[in-house]
Amino acid sequence: MAVVTMPQLGESITEGTIARWLKKVGDPVKKYESLVEVITDKVNAEVPAPVAGVLKEIRVQEGATVTVGTEICVIEESVPATVSSAAPKQSAPSREEQPAHTATAPTRNGGEEAHGRLSPAVRTLADEHGIGDDELGKVQGTGVGGRISKRDLQDYIERRGAGAGKAPAVQAPTAAPRAGDEVIPLSPIRRSIATHMVKSKQTTPHAWTVAEVDMTNVVRFRRSVKESFKQREGVDLTYLPIVIKGVVEQLKDNPRLNASWGEDKILVHHDFNIGIAVSIDDGLVVPVIHQADKLSIAALARATDDLARRARAQKLTLQDVQGGTFTVNNPGTFGNILSYAIINSPEAAILSMEAIVKRPVVLDGDAIAVRSMMNLCLSFDHRVMDGANAARFLQGLRRWLEGVSEQLPLY
Amino acid sequence: MAVKTVIEAIREGMDEEMARDQSVFIMGEDVGQRGGVFLATDGLFKKYGADRVIDTPLAESTIVGLAIGAAANGMRPIAEIQFADFIAPAMNQIIEEAARICYRTNGDLNLPIVIRAPWGGGVHGALYHSQSIEALFAHVPGLKVVAPGTPADAKGLLKSAVRDPDPVLYLEHKRTYRLIKGEVPDGDRLVPIGKAEVKRQGKDLSLIAYGLMLHYCLEAADTLAAEGVEAEVLDLRTIKPLDVAAVIATTRKTGKVLVVHEDNPFAGVAAEVMAVIMEQAFDALDAPVMRLTGPDVPAMPFNHVLEAAFMPSPEKILAKARELAKY
Repeated sequence: MAVVTMPQLGESITEGTIARWLKKVGDPVKKYESLVEVITDKVNAEVPAPVAGVLKEIRVQEGATVTVGTEICVIEESVPATVSSAAPKQSAPSREEQPAHTATAPTRNGGEEAHGRLSPAVRTLADEHGIGDDELGKVQGTGVGGRISKRDLQDYIERRGAGAGKAPAVQAPTAAPRAGDEVIPLSPIRRSIATHMVKSKQTTPHAWTVAEVDMTNVVRFRRSVKESFKQREGVDLTYLPIVIKGVVEQLKDNPRLNASWGEDKILVHHDFNIGIAVSIDDGLVVPVIHQADKLSIAALARATDDLARRARAQKLTLQDVQGGTFTVNNPGTFGNILSYAIINSPEAAILSMEAIVKRPVVLDGDAIAVRSMMNLCLSFDHRVMDGANAARFLQGLRRWLEGVSEQLPLY
Repeated sequence: MAVKTVIEAIREGMDEEMARDQSVFIMGEDVGQRGGVFLATDGLFKKYGADRVIDTPLAESTIVGLAIGAAANGMRPIAEIQFADFIAPAMNQIIEEAARICYRTNGDLNLPIVIRAPWGGGVHGALYHSQSIEALFAHVPGLKVVAPGTPADAKGLLKSAVRDPDPVLYLEHKRTYRLIKGEVPDGDRLVPIGKAEVKRQGKDLSLIAYGLMLHYCLEAADTLAAEGVEAEVLDLRTIKPLDVAAVIATTRKTGKVLVVHEDNPFAGVAAEVMAVIMEQAFDALDAPVMRLTGPDVPAMPFNHVLEAAFMPSPEKILAKARELAKY
């Protein structure tokens, strides 16, 4: 008898909604065959059967949202016909099979360093309560060298159970519905955005700064290669991949912006994984271009186009939304010229590209000219860096963009 | 129920078994007229006579050899080895004959022998009156090894050992003989071989011990409690067969285990207990399993300072337990 639990489908995902059962009670299932569709905050996924057998019991009905680790169904294992004498040895593989899909899934992203080595007892207890690596980072360790002891975790679970571990302000200022109000139930993605925004604003001291960039050269460059690029590559060359290229170059020189706050330490990332904010129906996702430093502008253009397309089609995979180290936001497409973005924690900063507008500008020789100007707004975690870091980064990026010429390599 | 010493409980156990069963008899060096060097058999010679309380030559091999012959012919001998340190000459009889006869005869012949041996140190006994020998014999399949620590367990296990169909090595810690007093239930109460007992409940860490070390652990647990650490104390009582279920149960309860014995560590009882824990309760461990034992040196020194350095003590247990609690 194998019990299937709600898998942990991402680092910070704590619950999932059963969208559709693909199997009925009594149906035979093959190992790894899809059992059920699950909607989470970030992605939709199909949960595979950990063992072959017959679906014996469905414990969570369609539409219900349950926490990671909740038992969702039971599979009665089939006895392999060819090795009937060895069958009893197979009687309890569920414990071995499950972890691959539950909390111990190999989705660690620096989490191991965040909480130190775990004893088997702590690991077992964490698995039982569906506590992932991210959450373990929040547990205060009192053992030798700050190790999390079993008692530390028990205390944490007790407090969490009592509600103390939950973000209190999420339910703070709520409005009662008035006559005539339309009530929109929260979609998982809406709720996820709400939770993450509140958490980021509550836990991260945001600071904000703006640089004014003369994009005239970039506009010219883009105009000159736009047509041929579209013909060759099949995708539009927008400003986004060019700016991402510049961002990555500046992150290399300013590593503090490509980092995360780790309570008692700062984690500087050596991967340059750039998240791009994509708006979708009543929501926003931030798919990630992994190792953007290894990509050319053309490759970045294809990657941004592909991610945006798949985001709107709700075809993003887990990999697509994980591991970001810095986010680039492009609200300029809507025409506004300033925005104060909320940091996509645990990242340390988020850059907003504002609208490119023609303005009279005083040039070096005191001449006045019409130039294409853009504001670059940066929100940053003031725990991780100070204004000087942020300014150096923005000014470096400004110089890089203003220095763009026909020689800028697309490949 | 009355308060008795360990030695009184052992004597009473033998007395009651001899009265109950005519086939039970005692033999050993000075056990008769003299009543034994520790007076374990004091008064029994007078009560049961020279036929049932027999003085033997100073020849341990002979004592056990005779016991084997008598047991093979329907008797239930209690053979006393004056000090466990002197058991070596009888090893061939114990290991090669007594422990293996049941297997060798395909179960036709059982040898219901009890071999009593005072063991352990801390009594200024030096090399030949302080040794711990349990690991040597626990290694031998076919032999049971018990090491009670309290008067009640001493009496109950002695009765069980006498009635057991197979050879039992019954270890009595000589420092507990008169030091440890405790309630002993009246009547014919047996303590089963192979059952450990939780002597103190706790949830923070487990101390596993037997013999004199049980009492040292209980003493350390009192101090720990004052420091806010609740130690569970598991008394193995029987070393072989080991009560694996009890060891695993306390491990799962606390996740932190310290095994204590005065025998040296290499391939000792603690090593076996730790191995069992690793095999069966790894997922419950919150700290490395620890042990506190006497050192791997040839023998207990006579020099009192060195003897104290050799012996585990409540203070040493306390220090180790604090380390474990803090881990």
